[in-house]
Amino acid sequence: MKILVAVKRVIDYNVQIRVKDDGSGVVTENVKMSTNPPDDNAIEEAVKIKESGKAKEVVAVSVGEEKAQETVRKALAVGADRGILVKAEGAIEPLAVSKILQKIVEKEKPDLVFMGKQAIDDDCNQTGQMLAALLKWPQATFASKIDVKDKSLEVTREIDEGLETIEVNIPAIVTCDLRLNEPRYASLPNIMKAKKKPIEQLNASDLGVDTKPRIEQIKVEEPPKRKAGIKVASVEELVQKLKNEAKVI
Amino acid sequence: MTKESMEYDVVIVGGGPSGLTTAIKLKQLNSNLNVCVLEKASEIGAHILSGNVFETRALDELIPNWRELDSPIKTKVTKEKFLFLGKNKSLNWPTWLLPAVQKNHNNYIISLANLCRWLAEQAETLGVEIFPGFPASEILYNEDGSVRGVATQDMGIDKNGDKKDSFEPGIELLGKVTVFAEGCRGHLGKQLIQKFELNKDKDPQQYGIGFKEIWEIDEKKHEEGLVMHTAGWPLDNNTYGGSFMYHAENKQVFLGYVIGLDYKNPHLSPFDEFQRFKTHPAIKKIIEGGKRISYGARALIEGGLQSLPKMFMPGALLIGCDAGTLNMPKIKGSHTAMKSGIIAAETINDHISSGKNLSDYEKKFKDSWLYKELYHARNVKPSFSWGLILGIIFTGIDQILFRGKLPFTLKHKHADHETLKPANEMPKIEYPKPDNIITFDKTSSVYLTGTNHTDNQLVHLKLKDPNLPINYTLEKFDEPAQRYCPAGVYEVQKENDINKFVINSQNCIHCKTCDIKEPSQNIMWVTPEGGGGPKYGNM
Repeated sequence: MKILVAVKRVIDYNVQIRVKDDGSGVVTENVKMSTNPPDDNAIEEAVKIKESGKAKEVVAVSVGEEKAQETVRKALAVGADRGILVKAEGAIEPLAVSKILQKIVEKEKPDLVFMGKQAIDDDCNQTGQMLAALLKWPQATFASKIDVKDKSLEVTREIDEGLETIEVNIPAIVTCDLRLNEPRYASLPNIMKAKKKPIEQLNASDLGVDTKPRIEQIKVEEPPKRKAGIKVASVEELVQKLKNEAKVI
Repeated sequence: MTKESMEYDVVIVGGGPSGLTTAIKLKQLNSNLNVCVLEKASEIGAHILSGNVFETRALDELIPNWRELDSPIKTKVTKEKFLFLGKNKSLNWPTWLLPAVQKNHNNYIISLANLCRWLAEQAETLGVEIFPGFPASEILYNEDGSVRGVATQDMGIDKNGDKKDSFEPGIELLGKVTVFAEGCRGHLGKQLIQKFELNKDKDPQQYGIGFKEIWEIDEKKHEEGLVMHTAGWPLDNNTYGGSFMYHAENKQVFLGYVIGLDYKNPHLSPFDEFQRFKTHPAIKKIIEGGKRISYGARALIEGGLQSLPKMFMPGALLIGCDAGTLNMPKIKGSHTAMKSGIIAAETINDHISSGKNLSDYEKKFKDSWLYKELYHARNVKPSFSWGLILGIIFTGIDQILFRGKLPFTLKHKHADHETLKPANEMPKIEYPKPDNIITFDKTSSVYLTGTNHTDNQLVHLKLKDPNLPINYTLEKFDEPAQRYCPAGVYEVQKENDINKFVINSQNCIHCKTCDIKEPSQNIMWVTPEGGGGPKYGNM
């Protein structure tokens, strides 16, 4: 079995995001970039399945600028066997990413495609679902537990009501939740080894995918500042204020 | 369990200006050398904080064509100001009356973090292996007592010391020579200084705490290339310190404050002094209407030549501010750190290629401009122990009339942890509340640093005696850790009428002030799990 894992380079989750003065986006210069956190879980799960003997190869793929190579390299350092970087400049929307991934799937013919449930930069939560639709494959989203069966997966999903367990036939798309596992650290010797693992570089345009944005971004702005809270003396006063001032009850 | 090991010709601990310079110079001298650099931050530059007005002298020697290599050294100093601040007034000190060491017309306003990122690129191009996210936590010795290398921290240990699922053992990195370039108060450097008595017959080391904020200000008030320093208010005559304000590119100003850690009043809060300083009319008018985008703090070394430890020992060198090469009257340490790295690389190359002793470092250092600079600078900082006014008068005589050539050397008498007076003998200081426009509290400031440490790991701020803070330090000094820590790590909380000393180690921005100033030297800073700490951008 072969597992393809999609990873995305995003602004590190600890960095305080700053909106550009002109409202055209957020500041990314001199900002620490990292792998999208749930993508780390996706890689970890794929590597675990490989270590259990149920998969033969784990391939990490990323779509983005040249520097996204570091993200692929990080995946190689924690156990992926080889990498693919599809170079594309500018904002790449989920539809374009899923079309690119579709081409990669057609080429690589994996049995499973894993990725994070969503990216922490645009929070779209669309790529996995769109890819499933394009490939006409079953999908299991928000996975917090994956059991690999003979020709199917038993996947526990994190849903609003609690946990839902479903079975999907292989080939399938799985999008991973942060609860799925605890990603391992890349050890120094493995980082060294990862430097020697191959990363194939492709261009989005060579794959025949039109990456032109379909969404027009009008303005990016900071959320309004939260007003200071007040202390109330009694429940009555609280109810009073919620009714008359906040007008929420 | 024995750790896995990797062998290199040279292992460098710390990816700052001195460590990266050593790495680059080594590869220039002999491209066959295997050189690696360990860095505790998640990426190079993320733990670097500095003013910074940069003198290019060492870089000119290291990479003469740096101007052609798209370096982040762009903003030339065009104008200088020096202000003496009273509470509401300010006196403009004519720049021709400044000693030559404080003149900056050939220098550049830079972000040292960005310079380090660029130096790391140069080093990697030459084949240096750089490992960010891997703190060296332990020194390894040979049987003969010489340094054999370092071990990196085990990863994935929980707060009780047990292994988590993600446990990843540390690695031994063995070098023919190990270079310690951790920066001010490096936690391994401190151990080496003790073990090899590198500071024997030297004065106690002197430190300061430096704060920096980056502001984006109104275009009309921004004068790219302007360098401004101040002395005076809000500090009293007996406290050593001053401010800097550098107008950098992109409408940004680098605004900072440095306070000597030899201050005496335990009620003093360096953070709040800095915040208060910004309310001075001469400062406020510049940043008003602007936006604070970054915050950080870091201890710096001020002892100079008198306190500079021996920089070589069997199997290892101690360089940059891990030893203490900062030039205090110049308020610059980057070019001196880099020069110490160049000398280190030359010494190591001679050692590896022709078996010369590492003690050659001393001679090379004494023959260099670095030594001359530090020699001429040596009397400035100690003279300020007489107070600001006498310090300035003496510095004028020493630096302008005698150009640092007075035939005597003033001594540093006390280590910084010895200078605090009992709390009940010193005046309490009432600091104004933050207005969240010009002045801020510690919580919202630390938020800007992007600091995080994986939760559920061992506390990396160790107490030798866990009861001392409450039983002794609280009563005698009103537990000054609550105030000298720039990140609010230390708190004294009352629970059922019982005082409790709380360490919020997750907030730690790795400035090392606690390790320096704690009056009983009861707090030990050790390396947390790799990648933890601040994530500074262009600091």
